[in-house]
Amino acid sequence: MSAIQATGTGTATEQTPRRRHLTDRVKAERRLAYMLIAPAVIVMVLVAIWPIINTFILSLQRADLRFPQNNQFIGFDNYGSVLSSPLWWADVAHTLIITVFSVSLELVLGMLVALAMHRVIFARGAVRAVALIPYGIITVVAAYSWRYAFELDSGWIPGLFGIKSDPLASTTGSYIAVIISEVWKTTPFMALLLLGGLALVPDELHEAAKVDGASTWQRFWKITIPLMKPAILVALLFRTLDAIRIYDTVVIFNNGAHNTETLSVLASNQLLNRLNLGLGSTVSVLLFVLVGIIAFLFIKVFGAGASPTGGD
Amino acid sequence: MRALGKGGLTGLAAVLAALAIAACGGSSGPPTLSWYIFPEPSGSFAHAAQVCSKASGGKYNIALNTLPTDADGQRQELVRRLAAKDSSIDIIGMDVTYTPEFADAGWLRPWIGANRDALKGDLPGPLATASWKGKIYGAPDNSNTQLLWYRKDLVPNPPKTWAEMLADAKKLAQEGKPHYIEIQGKQYEGLTVWFNTLVDSAGGTILKGPRTVSLGASAQKAAAIIHALATSPAADPALSNSDENAGRLAFEGGTAAFELNYPFVYPSIQADDPKLAKEMGYTNYPSVNAGQPAKVTIGGSNLGVSRFSKYPQYAFEAIKCLTNAANQKVDAIKGGLPPTLASLYNDPALAKPYPFKALIKQQLADAGIRPQTPAYADVTIAIQKALSPPGSIDPKSVLSTLNSQLKAALSSGALI
Repeated sequence: MSAIQATGTGTATEQTPRRRHLTDRVKAERRLAYMLIAPAVIVMVLVAIWPIINTFILSLQRADLRFPQNNQFIGFDNYGSVLSSPLWWADVAHTLIITVFSVSLELVLGMLVALAMHRVIFARGAVRAVALIPYGIITVVAAYSWRYAFELDSGWIPGLFGIKSDPLASTTGSYIAVIISEVWKTTPFMALLLLGGLALVPDELHEAAKVDGASTWQRFWKITIPLMKPAILVALLFRTLDAIRIYDTVVIFNNGAHNTETLSVLASNQLLNRLNLGLGSTVSVLLFVLVGIIAFLFIKVFGAGASPTGGD
Repeated sequence: MRALGKGGLTGLAAVLAALAIAACGGSSGPPTLSWYIFPEPSGSFAHAAQVCSKASGGKYNIALNTLPTDADGQRQELVRRLAAKDSSIDIIGMDVTYTPEFADAGWLRPWIGANRDALKGDLPGPLATASWKGKIYGAPDNSNTQLLWYRKDLVPNPPKTWAEMLADAKKLAQEGKPHYIEIQGKQYEGLTVWFNTLVDSAGGTILKGPRTVSLGASAQKAAAIIHALATSPAADPALSNSDENAGRLAFEGGTAAFELNYPFVYPSIQADDPKLAKEMGYTNYPSVNAGQPAKVTIGGSNLGVSRFSKYPQYAFEAIKCLTNAANQKVDAIKGGLPPTLASLYNDPALAKPYPFKALIKQQLADAGIRPQTPAYADVTIAIQKALSPPGSIDPKSVLSTLNSQLKAALSSGALI
């Protein structure tokens, strides 16, 4: 089997004489392949990998654009300073609050929207397109429209719910506003990913379960959810990684006041306002690591049984 | 594939050529000086640029480039360009807090000799904001100071001190009348301005020199006043989210008895509510210690010459024109920006738009200045965070919080 494959594709592994025989062709093909991917790799190194490396190098330095004379290599001092700062941990907490609440609400609402979009009978394309509109709106614009909606004098929300004091002048109010804005904006994205998962669930299974007397609720939990698990995992992973880097919405609502400062706002404060490239890069690298850990956990912990047929 | 690449290359070449032409500014004509400053809505800066280009007699043209609308964005754009030694910026419109940072980094040319003498007519407050280590680094262009605006129908005798104002507001609240004191309590630059005014008015300073924190009894008093207002019936419920514009709108909405704000509120209320405008009185900013006039934090902008400008002599000349009496008068009347030249305050043309001009001149002469340090951007973040929201200030621990936050801000090694 493998021998046949090897001859066919020219990537023999076991039979050394044959491999030798094919070397020239393989070499030429390899060279061509390298040449073809080289531009893409070079561009990726330049635009993605080099900035990451550079950020890491900067995070090991005292580097303040305003005081270049004080710049020096200080090893991991910046990491010590950031990780021992109560501000960092407070901002980790703020970020996680926003992430957990917005992503879980998005999952529930996104599932409802996905089910509705899946079952819609007429004007399917139009319904799906309409449901996607919020996701098509620029985050900054969406955040502004929600901020104005929450404003005491001119917004519709305080009037509708009879709120007498400025919702954005309190911590709870600010969180609710930020989370609502995030949920409104990204639920369609969640719904779209989940809709893809719903399409994986064959109707026959539902019909068979129906015959066996399973209720709608049972069918949802025992058939739809398990079969959709890979799609749910991907949707949750994407949204969590996105939410953990939340910046625009928080900045527009109140620029991190009322204990809503997130890690990205913290990084931008150090980098853009203080021009402290060392500390700012450290915060960015740590945020990058945090994102990596979350992705790892998702794939390793939740992803273990993600395959629809994995358990059987 | 190849055709596409070729098309791309041609496009790139065209873009590069266009950039090259733009960078040269048209090698045939006189040099163009680019002036970066905050976007001024009335167009008075554009007018000044035009007038001064003409006045140069063909030596140079001044191109007005506007910075972003928000204060943070303005500074970020300037700093990014200057840190990269951008030679395409000649005249820098600097907020009054930028001078130490920009001068210390070596981005500004000092005003010495005849250039320095040209600034003799400026009020001492604005001039002090342009100085760093004994040298002047910018020509004051416009200034700003807050006054106390109050409802004449509710408050026949305006308060002279913070204590009196809080007592008046409490009394009005008991009587069920509009009683809020509108001030900037949001976590942003306005909160630093408020705190700085109170500290300076109490006789202290936030920093002593550019690198030493000097918080004492006056800072304690200042924080106590902010906290007292925030927790009294005089506080607008939206205090912790209020900026200058929110305060203006609340006063115009009729819920406030007092407003501490810049003079732009005066023309605004006349346009928005002429009836209420008749009831709006103005007086000096209330003092912290009875009998000692308040030292009100000064705003405004100064014009500096970039170290990286290719035409520094022209830039100095242009700035002298842009900040002259005629142009400052247009800024004042059209744009509502208080002048920095003492002489303009005697100009009868200013009497109508600035009936309170004597108050402004007096407050500008003995102004409070925000901490003069190259790390000002860090300092102001630290102050804002320590005092926000004003209602949660703990008068017992606020001084030590501020102290440690400010120390962190002044070192490059700690998060703030």
